[in-house]
Amino acid sequence: MVEEVQNKIDTEEEYTINMGPQHPSTHGVLRFVVSLKGEIVKNVQPHCGYIHRGIERMCEKLTYQQIIHLTDRMDYLSAHINNAAVCLTVESALDIEVPERVKYIRTIIEELNRIASHQLWWCAFGMDLGGLTCFFYGLRDREKILDIFEESTGGRLIQSYNCPGGLMNDIHPNFQQKVKDFIKYFRKVLPEYDQLLTGNVIFQERTKKVGYISKEEAINYGLTGPSGRGSGFACDVRKRAPYHMYDKVNFKEILYTEGDTLARYKVRIDEMWESMNIIEQLIDNIPEGDFAVKMKPIIKLPEGEFFQRVESARGELDVFIVSDGNKNPYRVKFRSPNLVNLSAINIMSKDQKIADLVAISGSLDLVIPCMDR
Amino acid sequence: MTNEQLKEKVLSLYSGAQIAEGKQLLTVTVPAEELYSLAKKLKESDDTAFDYLMCLSGVDYPTNLGVFYHITSTKYNHSIALKTTTADRVNAEVDSVYSLWKSAEYHEREVYDLLGIKFTNHPDLRRMFLDDDWVGHPLRKDYSDPLNIIER
Repeated sequence: MVEEVQNKIDTEEEYTINMGPQHPSTHGVLRFVVSLKGEIVKNVQPHCGYIHRGIERMCEKLTYQQIIHLTDRMDYLSAHINNAAVCLTVESALDIEVPERVKYIRTIIEELNRIASHQLWWCAFGMDLGGLTCFFYGLRDREKILDIFEESTGGRLIQSYNCPGGLMNDIHPNFQQKVKDFIKYFRKVLPEYDQLLTGNVIFQERTKKVGYISKEEAINYGLTGPSGRGSGFACDVRKRAPYHMYDKVNFKEILYTEGDTLARYKVRIDEMWESMNIIEQLIDNIPEGDFAVKMKPIIKLPEGEFFQRVESARGELDVFIVSDGNKNPYRVKFRSPNLVNLSAINIMSKDQKIADLVAISGSLDLVIPCMDR
Repeated sequence: MTNEQLKEKVLSLYSGAQIAEGKQLLTVTVPAEELYSLAKKLKESDDTAFDYLMCLSGVDYPTNLGVFYHITSTKYNHSIALKTTTADRVNAEVDSVYSLWKSAEYHEREVYDLLGIKFTNHPDLRRMFLDDDWVGHPLRKDYSDPLNIIER
């Protein structure tokens, strides 16, 4: 057997290996079938579905309030944003205008969620490339956000804090102070991330000019989120189709044009700064008022199709609901940003080294439950 | 382009299109055999430039199977929804839009897997999530699995 493989390597014939489903760098159960010539990647075929739970089918049997609790379990690192996507779809279908207070709180928690997600991505990405220290730095800071979430929403990882019409309950009296304390603290420690990893020579060598994708290809492959913006594709839904408070706050859409792994890394680091700017503009001005609109216990959407885009931490999440006028949706479709981003991995990793495949898939920030649904 | 202009533009490209004003987007319904050529024109004409496929979803209606294409333009930031239906439930076939938008590859594989709509000219039409020997398509309304789906 060993001789057979050795022969194949020597004769430069293409051969196939399995990466995953249980591979530490995929952070979940995802299998890549990789065709190699020596150690050069020629073709990557991802195989998904190891944790396919049939969420779309389950939604067809549930009411709109119940669906919220399933969307948490898709992209668990931006759970709050997933909830908001469904809530926005239902609210716009029913022409419900939520109170200003709800919009402010949703935006603040969404941005906190985005920071927490990027932090975890940063630790895992560093660890994939061999820098274990990152993991401790990132988790140390992420813990503070989770504490804020726990106090107000009752959940740490998955909050189910949004509901159609507003929020489940009001924020904790300490919320504003704690968020301000966190921003003050995080502004001080975020430069440490750069010192620790961004400037590191080994890290730069492993990410610069690795996994290149051009802007045209990024658009064609539907590469969204920080991954798409690393190639210069201005795909931020917060700018292109604003929701919540995003049209009233000032923030920059982070764009890099290099299109390599390092550019995607830099987008996420800069986005954490931008998220803090957004939160600071809102946190002192949360208006008084109700935290939810009074909704009927059974929500029935009018007949028709409803479509909503939001920007999750990984890219564009779309919710498409077809309703036949009953209390259950007729069909729900979630456009998973991860699944679409994954489709670009084949051209990104073509003619790269097998070891760089870890860096490339890490830079896409894949969350497998969102992909499989 | 505003929705009104888009409406005129679509009708000038294909006069048989049925256009419904949705909540935010125009929904253009075309027969399955016309879909590809209309999508190609919408993508390639300079004043529409729909270069980015946001979402592709399949729906199992009581009488037919439907496919929705939500497309947008990164240049002009206008969006539109294309819809097509096919009445044949056994051999449902729609032309693949892979050659226009590469992101359709995984979307179409997913729709094929869960709803059983075949996309002709797709480069690699396999099941996305389920095993290759799986029987049936789980998102169809008549799909039954007495072991795992409990009807109440």
